[in-house]
Amino acid sequence: MRGRGSLWAWMIFGLGAAYFIVPLIATFEFSIRTKPDMFLAYRQVLADPKFGDGLWYSFIVGVLTIVVSLLIIVPTAYWVRLKVPRLRPIVEFVTLMPFVIPPIILVFGLIRIYSRQPLVLTATDIGSNVLLVAAYVVLSFPYMYRAVDTGLAAIDVRTLTEAAQSLGAGWARIILRLIFPNLRTALISGAFLTLAIVVGEYTIANFLARPAFGPYLSLLGQNQPFQPAAVSLISFGLTWLAMGMITFLGRGARTRVQVAGAR
Amino acid sequence: MAFVELAGIQKQFGDVAAVDDFNLQVERGEFVSFLGPSGCGKTTTLRMIAGFEQPTAGTIVVDGVDITHRPPNQRNVGMVFQSYALFPNMNVADNIGFGLKVHKKPKEAIDRRVEELLTLIHLKGRGARFPYQLSGGQQQRVALARALAIEPQVLLLDEPLSALDAKIRVALRTEIRAIQRQLGITTVYVTHDQEEALSLSDRVVVMNDGRIEQIGSPSEIYNFPATSFVASFVGTLNMLAARVVDPSAGRLSVEGQEIRAAKPIADARAGEIVSVALRPESISLEEGPEGANRLRGPVVDVSFLGSIVRLRIRLGDGPTVSLDTFNDPNLTLPPIGEAVTVSFPPEASLVLDQPAAAPGADPAAEA
Repeated sequence: MRGRGSLWAWMIFGLGAAYFIVPLIATFEFSIRTKPDMFLAYRQVLADPKFGDGLWYSFIVGVLTIVVSLLIIVPTAYWVRLKVPRLRPIVEFVTLMPFVIPPIILVFGLIRIYSRQPLVLTATDIGSNVLLVAAYVVLSFPYMYRAVDTGLAAIDVRTLTEAAQSLGAGWARIILRLIFPNLRTALISGAFLTLAIVVGEYTIANFLARPAFGPYLSLLGQNQPFQPAAVSLISFGLTWLAMGMITFLGRGARTRVQVAGAR
Repeated sequence: MAFVELAGIQKQFGDVAAVDDFNLQVERGEFVSFLGPSGCGKTTTLRMIAGFEQPTAGTIVVDGVDITHRPPNQRNVGMVFQSYALFPNMNVADNIGFGLKVHKKPKEAIDRRVEELLTLIHLKGRGARFPYQLSGGQQQRVALARALAIEPQVLLLDEPLSALDAKIRVALRTEIRAIQRQLGITTVYVTHDQEEALSLSDRVVVMNDGRIEQIGSPSEIYNFPATSFVASFVGTLNMLAARVVDPSAGRLSVEGQEIRAAKPIADARAGEIVSVALRPESISLEEGPEGANRLRGPVVDVSFLGSIVRLRIRLGDGPTVSLDTFNDPNLTLPPIGEAVTVSFPPEASLVLDQPAAAPGADPAAEA
């Protein structure tokens, strides 16, 4: 019985793995159909300076988005859990709005508002970059809030806060020294999702005319047959590399939550 | 003036009065326990002292300073929680030194104090461990050391032993008391465990429904309960409904058998029903000396409870009375069904404020 159960488990695992791996293999297979040089598409992509620039730009925007998103979401989720738990469904609903409002609506709204007085942002590169990060922060809300909220649920936020307060700690110290470090794993997963979204995002970056990776990829697909496949795989690998770096930098999450008396 | 003074404390949650008319004075170095069932307001009162809850009315004064409206981080009150609340991202030494860092103490002073406290809680050399690497008892000792590190004016403990198993609980409570005595720190302890409260405290505050039922030493609380609630909550107790025969002579009738209280029954008239509280250990399985109260009835149950044996005797048609006797191997116990006479001195029968139940009902209450 045990052997049969194990076989089923492996089969399901194999199907799941195939679901993710087969498209990658297919993309790779297509990207090397160039003859006689099968890696020509890769060579051309890596030689194109716009590829590196676009990816680097999107990566920087992604990192800024993560930082701003964390600074908004962590204190909000913490405060809601601690002081106004009855507002949690409302906050959760608000953070889900990006799933309901398409990016095209969001970007047109931003352009309409910030291309006229009193605050004209679309006229300059810096202003447009600020708008792009702001829009991406909104897009990151559902992923970041969910990750942070799940992380907060795993620790006894109220008691830890009260313990720190009784020892004389103020809010800033509690959030920076206790809440952030104890949410490390949750924050990394939120950051992972945010970066993945930002690096591949097309609509907002395109309408704000930003030299991001998404519009570059789209443009390439209109003119070249094999390069987009190569770019997709390279960017896929680089995104995973970036995430590996974030995980590496955020390592040492030695925290383990233990229920009182469980040991 | 008392070191800690709670005057007219009231706490409302909507329409519910969680704490009402709470007045208490705690002397410097005293160990006071709040004892009561769940929802009686003991933890709410403790949280008001800590500053986590604001009283609806009343004042809290520590060492002559009104701290009622001070935020919790400006009270200099150490708190130990039931769930330990150790910071999972910090090791033991960092946990203990956290409050000292907040107070911007020099590193050498912090290290010295942490070592001192690790020795005090018998965890010397384990400063580098993380909370998850410690047992529950060790974690709670670290939580205690962390609260003591900042040398608080008052130490508050909110059911600190509830999450631990029985053996560790007993060992740790002895340790807590020894440390409290050694440091002479004023301590307020919340528990629903009467044994804990009675064994640890200088004074016990018994609470019910947000109000104080009685404040007294453990011995006063146990031997001279002021209300029927205290009598039934603290220790095991027989609550017998008795008819007053002669209030001035303290004569009463339980299921047609006459007994006598040590004192006249104040504010009672002949024929009135009152409650008589009897501790099982004050009743003997013998006729007793001249002048002792005697009750007779068949044995309905015999239970071995380790060092003691508990017998239940039925009186008349309904109520039973429990008595405890030491588990002496030479003791000959009566078989179930055999009618026996039990006795107790008049001083053992406490006539309480209100009737426990109508005659005929089973009033033997075990708390």
